[in-house]
Amino acid sequence: MQHHKYLENFLRALGKPLVVFVSRIGELSEFIAKSLYHCVTPPFYPKLLLRQIIDIGFYSLPVVALTTIFAGMVIALQTNAGFSSYGAESAIAEVVLISVTRELAPAFAGLMVAGRIGAAMAAEIGTMRVTEQIDALSTLSTNPFKYLVAPRLWAGVIVLPVLVMIGDVIGIFGGYLVAVYQLDFNPANYIKTTVNELQWIDLYTGIVKAAVFGFVIALMGCYNGYRSKGGAQGVGEATTNAVVASSIIILIFNYVITGLIFTK
Amino acid sequence: MEKTVNKIEVRDLHKAFGRKRVLNGVNLTVGKKESVVVIGGSGTGKSVLIKCIQGLITPDSGSIKVDGIETVGAPRKESEKLYATMGMLFQGGALFDSLSVWENVAFGLMENQKMPRRQAREKAVEVLRQVGLGADVADLSPAELSGGMQKRVGLARAVATRPDIIFFDEPTTGLDPIMADVINDLIIDSVKKLGASALTITHDMASARKIADRIAMLYQGKIIWDGTVAELDRTDNPYVRQFVNGSASGPIKVEI
Repeated sequence: MQHHKYLENFLRALGKPLVVFVSRIGELSEFIAKSLYHCVTPPFYPKLLLRQIIDIGFYSLPVVALTTIFAGMVIALQTNAGFSSYGAESAIAEVVLISVTRELAPAFAGLMVAGRIGAAMAAEIGTMRVTEQIDALSTLSTNPFKYLVAPRLWAGVIVLPVLVMIGDVIGIFGGYLVAVYQLDFNPANYIKTTVNELQWIDLYTGIVKAAVFGFVIALMGCYNGYRSKGGAQGVGEATTNAVVASSIIILIFNYVITGLIFTK
Repeated sequence: MEKTVNKIEVRDLHKAFGRKRVLNGVNLTVGKKESVVVIGGSGTGKSVLIKCIQGLITPDSGSIKVDGIETVGAPRKESEKLYATMGMLFQGGALFDSLSVWENVAFGLMENQKMPRRQAREKAVEVLRQVGLGADVADLSPAELSGGMQKRVGLARAVATRPDIIFFDEPTTGLDPIMADVINDLIIDSVKKLGASALTITHDMASARKIADRIAMLYQGKIIWDGTVAELDRTDNPYVRQFVNGSASGPIKVEI
């Protein structure tokens, strides 16, 4: 008899979070479907899109540059430490190239932009929600999905690949700095190896990842902001959720996309 | 006698959030060019009611007719035409803080009526003047304005598109009595000028008496009383009496 009670309590404890989880998934799916629909149907707001592109892209350049340059540098150091007995000089350029373009630049750019932009989007849209500005948009016959969500999603998908390509160049340059100035390798060889070994798949992997990450960041920022409730505390929660959720999803998708592209 | 179509006709409207039943069979009409004020305590569903009428919240059941056309369950495209004839003054102003004052006022003109910027700006300054604000505030950001000025800008934005129906959500809340009366005058003035119908929700009785042609009281999700201001003072409905006199004792129990 006692066991029944434990089982019942266990199921009861499981019940509510499960219901909440499933309804949250449903809510998010509806939000995604609506967003995608409004992304491709007029009216469009090119001015708002441009402003988002500048906000997300231009102002994220410093953080992306800083993270990718050190990522490239540390990879060069580690490769030297690990491969020195097999002739690190030829390996460094290639390892830096592959790890920066395929993994580090997209992941670092994604995480940095998630922290910077995902939070800002959730805070801005969340504040608009709790101060009724989103309702005000509707009463002025302007669809909030078209006016607020669509420009952000487009900007995320367009800008992140560009940031990642810039990050690629800077990361490889970081590796070059360490190889040439710290490890005293031949600069011409480094550049030659990098150019020779560069493959289309390296770039394309990073760009696909970046576009997906850009979408995820903007989506999580907008979604969490949009559904925030109850004043300053609600907006704070939305901001945290946006950053945490997009960071986790980025790392999971990073693995999944690598798996899809490289598993034969 | 010719049958006149009411501007807004709400019949048996229900809305619940989870287990909380907010609207429980609301019946309310607003005639052409009539100003109706819905009074009721905090949390009695006044805001939900006007958000249902504007299509911001979907009711669970019931009927809302605007100009005799049903909007509940109607295709979004068709009801949007009706919603476009409405304007709203929000309680906190709800001004877009990423835009300047004049861009706020001209928002509906530029986004929907596709008015060119220069012309929209002139129009916005003109509407701002009607609510007693000078051209010098046009380029400020909403955050730089006082509460009373924000309310005026909100009013200007609500009337700029010349709506047929204007909603006022607690228009005098948070203002000093003098500023509240100024806003009341502006509301009466702009509604008359437009020949619009008005639906106001408030718990400020002074404001209700001043701007209402008719007053309705919402209690426990229903309209429990409906009449003119003169009738309000004569009624012996204990709920209305308690609310109007602002007394803690009576049939209305405040949930603390």
